[in-house]
Amino acid sequence: MSGPNTDFDPVEVTPLKSEEVEAARDAAVAAIEAATDLEQLKAARLEHAGDRSALALANREIGALPPQARKEAGKRIGQARGAVNQALARRQQVLEAEHEERMLVEETVDVTLPTDRLPVGARHPVTTGSELIADIFVAMGWEIAEGPVLEAEWLNFDALNLGPDHPARTMQDTFWADPADHGVVLRTHTSPVQARSMLTRTPPIYIACPGRVFRTDEYDATHSPVFHQVEGLAIDEGITMAHLKGTLDHLVSSLFGAGISTRFRPSYFPFTEPSAEMDMVCFVCRGTGLATGDDGAADAASCRTCRGEGWIELGGCGVVNPRVLTACGIDAERYTGFAFGFGIDRMLMFRHGIEDLRALFEGDVRFTTAFGSEI
Amino acid sequence: MKAPVSWIRELVDLPADVTTDDLTARLTALGLKLEAVERAGAGITGPLVVGRVLTMEPEPQKNGKTINWCTVDVGDANGTGEPQGIVCGAHNFAPGDLVVTVLPGGVLPGDFRISARKTYGHVSAGMICSSSELGLGEEHDGIIVLPADAGEPGDDVFDLLGLREEVIEFEINPDRAYALSLRGIAREAALAYDLPYVDPAERDVPPADDHGHPVVVDDAAGCPLFVARTVNGFDATAPTPDWMVRRLQQAGMRSISLGVDVTNYVMLELGQPLHAYDGDTLDGAIRVRRAEPGERITTLDDTDRELSPEDLLITDATGPIGIAGVMGGARTEMSASTTHVVVESAHFDATSVFRSGKRHRISSEAGKRNERGVDPRLPEVAADRAVELLTALGGGRADTGVTVVGQAPAPAVVHARADLPARVTGMPISAETTVAHLRAVGCTVEVDGEVLTVTAPTWRPDVTDPFDLVEEVARIVGYDEVPSVLPTEAAGRGLTREQRLRRRVGRVLAGAGCVEAISFPFVGEATFDALGLPAEDPLRRTVRLANPISSEEPAYTTTLLPGLLRAAARNRGRGAAGVALFETGTVAFPVDGGPAPIYGVEQRPSDAELQALLDAIPRQPQHLSVVLAGERERAGWWGEGRDAGWADALAVLRRVATELGIGLEVAAATRMPWHPGRCAEVAVGDGDDRVVVGHAGELHPRVCKAFDLPARSAAVEVDLDALLRHAVDVVPGPVVSGFPLAKEDVALVVAESVTAADVEAALVAGAGELLESIRLFDVYRSEQLGEGRKSLAFALRLRAPDRTLTDDEIVAARQSAVDAAVELTGAVQRV
Ligand SMILES: [Zn+2]
Repeated sequence: MSGPNTDFDPVEVTPLKSEEVEAARDAAVAAIEAATDLEQLKAARLEHAGDRSALALANREIGALPPQARKEAGKRIGQARGAVNQALARRQQVLEAEHEERMLVEETVDVTLPTDRLPVGARHPVTTGSELIADIFVAMGWEIAEGPVLEAEWLNFDALNLGPDHPARTMQDTFWADPADHGVVLRTHTSPVQARSMLTRTPPIYIACPGRVFRTDEYDATHSPVFHQVEGLAIDEGITMAHLKGTLDHLVSSLFGAGISTRFRPSYFPFTEPSAEMDMVCFVCRGTGLATGDDGAADAASCRTCRGEGWIELGGCGVVNPRVLTACGIDAERYTGFAFGFGIDRMLMFRHGIEDLRALFEGDVRFTTAFGSEI
Repeated sequence: MKAPVSWIRELVDLPADVTTDDLTARLTALGLKLEAVERAGAGITGPLVVGRVLTMEPEPQKNGKTINWCTVDVGDANGTGEPQGIVCGAHNFAPGDLVVTVLPGGVLPGDFRISARKTYGHVSAGMICSSSELGLGEEHDGIIVLPADAGEPGDDVFDLLGLREEVIEFEINPDRAYALSLRGIAREAALAYDLPYVDPAERDVPPADDHGHPVVVDDAAGCPLFVARTVNGFDATAPTPDWMVRRLQQAGMRSISLGVDVTNYVMLELGQPLHAYDGDTLDGAIRVRRAEPGERITTLDDTDRELSPEDLLITDATGPIGIAGVMGGARTEMSASTTHVVVESAHFDATSVFRSGKRHRISSEAGKRNERGVDPRLPEVAADRAVELLTALGGGRADTGVTVVGQAPAPAVVHARADLPARVTGMPISAETTVAHLRAVGCTVEVDGEVLTVTAPTWRPDVTDPFDLVEEVARIVGYDEVPSVLPTEAAGRGLTREQRLRRRVGRVLAGAGCVEAISFPFVGEATFDALGLPAEDPLRRTVRLANPISSEEPAYTTTLLPGLLRAAARNRGRGAAGVALFETGTVAFPVDGGPAPIYGVEQRPSDAELQALLDAIPRQPQHLSVVLAGERERAGWWGEGRDAGWADALAVLRRVATELGIGLEVAAATRMPWHPGRCAEVAVGDGDDRVVVGHAGELHPRVCKAFDLPARSAAVEVDLDALLRHAVDVVPGPVVSGFPLAKEDVALVVAESVTAADVEAALVAGAGELLESIRLFDVYRSEQLGEGRKSLAFALRLRAPDRTLTDDEIVAARQSAVDAAVELTGAVQRV
């Protein structure tokens, strides 16, 4: 092995001959081009561009040339090495691209394979439905009030103008905590929450009360002894039935779409006077009562959601009876109020076309997961 | 209340072109809720005509029946004028009778299409109809035989039989008891069309005298007014005329006998319940009084009843002859031989009637009206109307004696400002409109400037308050006129802290693959037994219900687990390999103390009274429960699945705690329904604030079995309220160091009895503030380690907030951590 030529031996060194340099360059480029994978390219790099390659060795000889010859030799070898490096880089890029392409092909998977390794959870539509309603009220500046389900009889009935002889107070309608004369019931509506709010707050009061309620009903496709209700109460100076109508119109259009409004029919509830039943325009047929076919054209059959009525019964409402305000310590001369209530379960049934109420209480995950975690 | 349209039209002169749909729509708008419209002839298409039976030949059949082969003259209705041959199975007629005949091409209810068909060896071209075949009820056996003057053969019978009659059924609200009569409904119809109304109760009645049937009223509060009238020489066997029978039927009542039918008819017409006694069975004066202890009565429904001293009674010298306003007694009932009729027409206290009806579980037409409040002006009028009909239809004559005891209570007088309806409804209702509408509903109104003095009509005992007047005015103006205006003054503070936190908990659990369920919150001893709860377990102290749905589950639950365990089993039973359920809901625990008081409603209870009320109701925290049963991770092309176990229960709970920013303190515990070796007691908070919030882990094998769930099913139950109280409200922003991390693993051999939590706590204490995090990554047991020992391997991550740690610092921290573990847990470092 020869080290660098340091004695300026004037002998012409074979590797520095231009034809030798070109031959080495050509051999290198050929080997590089011939490499079919990155391994072969690595070998070609070692052989033709490594420390022991012909061009590297020739480069070392330059120093031994007479000064006047160095420049030319340096240029010649530099060009050759540059060509080899370029060829290497070019080939490297090509082979890497080929390699990547092959790897990507080899790594191909069947993307239609199932991915359901982890279980899917969901929240109950009664929960998310209650939240949806609550959010509409919160957006109007109302608050959401809550109370216990085992409730004082006085709050569930008397304070709401349901006197001792009101038919709802019988054992046929109400679950009583034992003993029945101890004044505790399973609340039959969420109205005692309204009573609690009136008893403990000063107007203005704007509250909605969603919650679980109990009545001694049969358990069938449309009735349940355990169900859910939302009630609303507004007490302020100058509150009128018009505010009740405005609030309910806003609620149903938020829940069922723009243009859906309510209508009132005179009715009777002890805690409101005047009282009304509220209906909403059917959100499916939009009040026509006609079934709509797939093409959107009305056909002769009746709308299934409203049974051809064009209206859906929603619940009860009215102006808070001043007797209720008085019992709850609110100045009935100064303040007026309105109240309303409707069933959440029933609302979900017609909003989602649920045929059997009992589906809400069975805990079947196939039913509940369909609703996800918002409704 | 069912009201035939023809009867309404008899009382109010509705324009002929008013349809029933329009009428019901307008009455609904006034507050008479439509229940249904019955159309008697629904489903019938003609030809349905009068036929005269010309011949009938009985023909016995092999099946034992005898049919009649008839020829029937149907005039020109069959197009030929020839007699029609018809086979008829009934026998209650004879040649010459007029019958109802449906001809081929006609349709009867139930889509029964009539055609000429071969039967019993004849071609029967039509049918002779019975009431039931026409949907007119099942009063008689056999076919309808029309009166001889009903019409000519071939005449259409639709009107004759009332087959074009429509009957409107109303749902009458408690405040509109007056509409439990045609008088009241017709009044509303007149109001709906702004027509004049002639009140059928406007009637001259004979003055009271002292020679009617003697009546003594001991309890004037219970019976302010009692009227008795007498008819002598009455023929109780006289038939009730068809028109009356039909109207009773249309109103949903059965025809019984002329005497009873007349009292019912007058009740339907005017709204006043009446009672007719066989006067010969009355022993002495009628006396109205409360029952004496031990008294009994057999009522008209043949039920023997023990009376309460609170029951108001109608009595004679022999004892009770009726429960006032509710139901009469059997002994003095009218019979076919009755000739001497005493008519009772009285006004009773509504509450007394309601309580007696409730006490004896009697729901009668009379009671229904009396307990809601009848017009106190009616007794004399109704008695006179009944006497008129009894004498007109059953012969006999009215006795001149007229007994009237007591007087009608005066209607309420209400003072209200004239602008109240406008102020309450938001509709622009003028004072003039208010006065006009109040007068239209029957009020007497005196105007004194802005203040109205309003006397309610006698038939409106419900009108007592100014706001009652508002409703009367508003319903006439029309609820559709109420404008839609959003209140603008609400200024709420959004959801409460707890409401927001509960939503977060729900979302985290759903994200953890759990599905929310809602269960009925009722339990019984058997449920607690299935949970394996010991006899003295506090969960067995429940709030019991006096009238539960099921005597098996008579209490409000103290744990959410039973409902979830059943739902999990239901899912498994329906084919789910794995199920993860959660529920948040109320549980209840009894409180010691007396009954919850019942206060008056004339004023707000005092704060102390209110507190006493709140203190008397059960304690009702919100709980959170989770049940994990069977497959937790599914098997698939990726490999094996994994069933849920104790650790999944804790993992779910920890996710909730992490979301809330709460550190959980976990310790082994023994508590049913959990596996004694695989149950964690979970606590939160420090010092005085520390509280055990619940348990998590694997269920006891016996519990899994009892609820039909796979072994190793796991569950969580925590007091959600307690958990939420510890949630971090404002998260302090963490300082995140960008300096290099030093990872140090240590393996420590400890006795089996030493918990991972103990060792970790020691390492944390020893490592000091350079410790960023610590995580146990391996548990190892071997023979080499020896029986009863285990190796716990922890990864320590050390980092300083302000510098790169030096090797010396790292070594020192690690050593300090290990030293602490050695000292506190007896650990030996494994090298
Ligand atoms: Zn519809």
